[in-house]
Amino acid sequence: MTTTTRIARHHYDVVVIGAGGAGLRAAIEARLAGKKTAIISKSLFGKAHTVMAEGGAAAAMGNVNSRDNWQVHFRDTMRGGKFLNNFRMAELHAKESPQRIWELETYGALFDRTKDGKISQRNFGGHEYPRLAHVGDRTGLELIRTLQQKIVSLQQEDQREFGSYDARIRVFSETTITELMLDGDRIAGAFGYYRESGEFILFEAPAVVLATGGVGRSYKVTSNSWEYTGDGHALALRAGATLINMEFLQFHPTGMVWPPSVKGILVTESVRGDGGVLKNSDGKRFMFDYVPDVFRKQYAETEEEADRWYTDPDNNRRPPELLPRDEVARAINSEVKAGRGSPAGGVFLDIASRRSSDEIRRRLPSMYHQFKELADVDITAEPMEVGPTCHYVMGGVEVDPDSGAAFGHVRGLFAAGEVSGGMHGSNRLGGNSLSDLLVFGKRAGGHAASYADGLDARPRVAVNAVEAAVETALAPLQRDTGESPYTLQQDLQAVMGDLVGIIRREGELADALVRLAELRERVAKVSAAGGRRYNPGWHLALDLRNMLVVSECTAKAALERQESRGGHTREDYPAMEPKWRQVNLVCSLDGDTVQLTRKPLPKMRPELIGLFDRAELAKYLTDEELADFDALVADAGEADNR
Amino acid sequence: MSAKRQFRIWRGDETGGDLQDYMVEVNEGEVVLDVIHRLQATDAPDLACRWNCKAGKCGSCSMEINGKPRLGCMTRMSTFGDDETVTVTPLRTFPVIRDLVTDVSFNYVKARETPAFAPPADVAPGDYRMQQVDVERSQEFRKCIECFLCQTVCHVVRDHEENKQAFSGPRYFIRAAELDMHPLDTKTDRKEYAQAEQGLGFCNITKCCTEVCPEHIKITDNGIIPMKERVVDRRYDPLVWLGSKIFRRGETPQTSVTTARPGTATSGSARGGLHSHSGGSHDPRAEAQAQRGVNWDREVPHPTAPAVDDRGRLPLTELTFDRAAAPSPFGDDVTFPLPPEHLNFAHPEQDKH
Ligand SMILES: Cc1cc2nc3c(=O)[nH]c(=O)nc-3n(C[C@H](O)[C@H](O)[C@H](O)COP(=O)(O)OP(=O)(O)OC[C@H]3O[C@@H](n4cnc5c(N)ncnc54)[C@H](O)[C@@H]3O)c2cc1C
Ligand code: SF4
Ligand code: SF4
Ligand code: FES
Repeated sequence: MTTTTRIARHHYDVVVIGAGGAGLRAAIEARLAGKKTAIISKSLFGKAHTVMAEGGAAAAMGNVNSRDNWQVHFRDTMRGGKFLNNFRMAELHAKESPQRIWELETYGALFDRTKDGKISQRNFGGHEYPRLAHVGDRTGLELIRTLQQKIVSLQQEDQREFGSYDARIRVFSETTITELMLDGDRIAGAFGYYRESGEFILFEAPAVVLATGGVGRSYKVTSNSWEYTGDGHALALRAGATLINMEFLQFHPTGMVWPPSVKGILVTESVRGDGGVLKNSDGKRFMFDYVPDVFRKQYAETEEEADRWYTDPDNNRRPPELLPRDEVARAINSEVKAGRGSPAGGVFLDIASRRSSDEIRRRLPSMYHQFKELADVDITAEPMEVGPTCHYVMGGVEVDPDSGAAFGHVRGLFAAGEVSGGMHGSNRLGGNSLSDLLVFGKRAGGHAASYADGLDARPRVAVNAVEAAVETALAPLQRDTGESPYTLQQDLQAVMGDLVGIIRREGELADALVRLAELRERVAKVSAAGGRRYNPGWHLALDLRNMLVVSECTAKAALERQESRGGHTREDYPAMEPKWRQVNLVCSLDGDTVQLTRKPLPKMRPELIGLFDRAELAKYLTDEELADFDALVADAGEADNR
Repeated sequence: MSAKRQFRIWRGDETGGDLQDYMVEVNEGEVVLDVIHRLQATDAPDLACRWNCKAGKCGSCSMEINGKPRLGCMTRMSTFGDDETVTVTPLRTFPVIRDLVTDVSFNYVKARETPAFAPPADVAPGDYRMQQVDVERSQEFRKCIECFLCQTVCHVVRDHEENKQAFSGPRYFIRAAELDMHPLDTKTDRKEYAQAEQGLGFCNITKCCTEVCPEHIKITDNGIIPMKERVVDRRYDPLVWLGSKIFRRGETPQTSVTTARPGTATSGSARGGLHSHSGGSHDPRAEAQAQRGVNWDREVPHPTAPAVDDRGRLPLTELTFDRAAAPSPFGDDVTFPLPPEHLNFAHPEQDKH
């Protein structure tokens, strides 16, 4: 019986679920605010997904081009997200990311430097100026290691002060949260299990920060690890919070497609920033054919101009290889579909013929290393074979932009990082995620701490909720009639990859929903062999229901949104539709079923919308919105004349 | 292009276990981790194994493949012969949890003990100025993905549980080196700390750690040796060292720098003149533990510090070293086989199975 199950209990002020960039930054902030903080992670400390980020962290520090500032960064972000971003989040992000990056240096980070000793910044798709702070091509590793070491240094302070490293901040690694505990509509804690032993653990805490990352494991070709099963998304839904923008998934245009074992692993965008070009099987540099009208002005029309840009960016337009990644993904997809792909179904990314071998090795050291070791491909000698790979989910928990507090009917729940939605709109610019983690991680941690302060009574965890959670967790082990979780995962990946992939159609999406409903039945009966100690089959069985509900959100929202925008491409509605720009699709859970509602986007403040050209806005806004904008400009003009 | 291959994988937990044979399909271009995943999806759904990135970036999938510590995701199947059996075992230095998963908390304990970056008090965030050439030395060490392969291969702890308390291991020597070389770090005694608290003296530069590092960090040449150099100047000053030989046991003059850690005041008399056979620890707890071994009353030679040149530096780099291979972990003046009564080898727990 469940009552005999042993459960370790812990009391904390703030529980942070996730030890990636967002989680660690949130925990640091909560601890600095004096709160007793727990960090929970499915993998070991320092191994979260953030280590995989390569290219860099975007922050308008203006170290390389002094014309860069937060307004330009804000504009790029909105443009990249096709104006569907929550403008306030984009604004906070653009304003605060330089401080967050500089702060990392005080924690011990060592970024690459410019000649005058400042943090060096590199070019990246969608950013007008060189903006990405980087360390070779292992920026994510630097970020997470720095935050990890900062946490250790806080623990050392606590050790000196209280005699225990764990006095105020403790890391629970290899621990998975399966359920959030509620007291009415308030968060009361979180329930989960230690992966190592299979024993259960209950955190009692008034405030929980979700920083669990993304959902990519639902796709077959993905750059994401096993951790990315959408746990945070699902936990939030079940606790009464809402998700937005779930139809928008980023497919990285340049994942490796050959050899098979490394399928899905990313080739960083900096290969393109550093001179790499995309070619089809005819050897043609095809990106020139795919520059959309909205970007026509900024991108070169001839190879000569494009090539001059690398050395003289002020007087030349940029090469089309540096278009935002969804444009690149779509272009590659079209080339492959037109029969001009590489043997393995991708296209060629060629840097070997464009830069000297020494230069490639110096500028892209870990890229070089990775290809050499994994695939025995020498990127300095031959082109790579790349294709679209599921990479990042723009959608996530709908939050208050300033505090990261989840919307819906739950209090005490916060979200930051990839698991939160809104910041990136319909498409994320490369490098904007790492700075997003820092900016909103800090905010969520800080606000979770002050929320915990403001409570006069601590919410209580109900005994029957714990019993129910135990029962759900043990169920797959106690059944031996169901299917293997691995089979179910493969089937789910097939449905999502084939029917809700990079290019979508109404019929396929409807079909996907039917199949997901079937899968739901099968997942409810999944059984896992073996015991409770470090049993990956059991862990996957528990993750499946999260993957499923999140996939349902994606499929439903994708079917609803009848236009193409950013990370959502409908073959049957190929154009961007200004009317749809005003709408966020919000998912919530009613019992077991996913509900979809439409919600208008918040209206941008005048001084922010004033940062854009009318000609540019005309591509995104409805006529009424444009009229408002004209009125605004006229008012401002009058004010100037007065 | 796919063929059946023979795998032997250690299955079990801390109570014991053994190698189990599997025949499994292997496709062209695959790595060992792919094969393990295939096994999980077919014959062995509960086979425990850590992994995350599958790209050699996170350092989760450390295991011993045909006896060599390696990353499962970076070991291509094509590196084995067509009918070679591939044997996969968990990291030997750390206690097994289950199958290929070991308890690596040792490393996190050591990480916590290593003093953190000490930022300059008078430089505001955003005003940090450093030259690329100056950060590069530390950046090499920050490439570390914490796979702990170097920790598991190092003979000082590999079969010597008793050394674990006093020895932090190569991963944390390079962490200390990284901070020592950080242009703006304000703590000035990183080297001394490494010697006094991290057990740097145990290391006799066998370079096994450098050999296994998947990030190709030159752990010994660029990290450990420079860290030893200045300390060596003092600690292994030839004259002092000679002096220590003619003092009576228990009166060995201590030339080590003292520890700054409160609460572990060490007194000279508690230390004695004996050394654990692996190197010059002067942590009394470690000494005591070390001596509980099989034949610990045998006086173990003082750790042989390689001779220093006339500038008081070790003439050691991988290029100019006077021997073809790394120095013997037993000391350069030892010939093999050793007479059994001179052995002080304690059979560690994990060797039972
Ligand atoms: C290959 C690759 C390259 C990238 N390159 C870049 C780049 O160059 N620039 C950029 O800005 N972005 C990049 N990104 C995106 C960026 O790395 C991620 O979006 C970001 O790291 C997400 O961080 P996070 O803190 O939200 O979550 P993560 O770092 O993914 O951490 C999630 C954490 O939550 C934990 N967790 C999840 N579920 C549970 C649960 N149920 N219980 C307990 N813990 C749980 C996990 O264990 C983990 O610790 C890249 C992504 C990938 C995959
Ligand atoms: S060089 Fe030193 S740290 Fe490295 S394996 Fe040898 S003894 Fe251990
Ligand atoms: S130094 Fe190398 S071998 Fe050691 S933990 Fe780091 S990456 Fe692994
Ligand atoms: S899985 Fe990350 S290093 Fe092998």
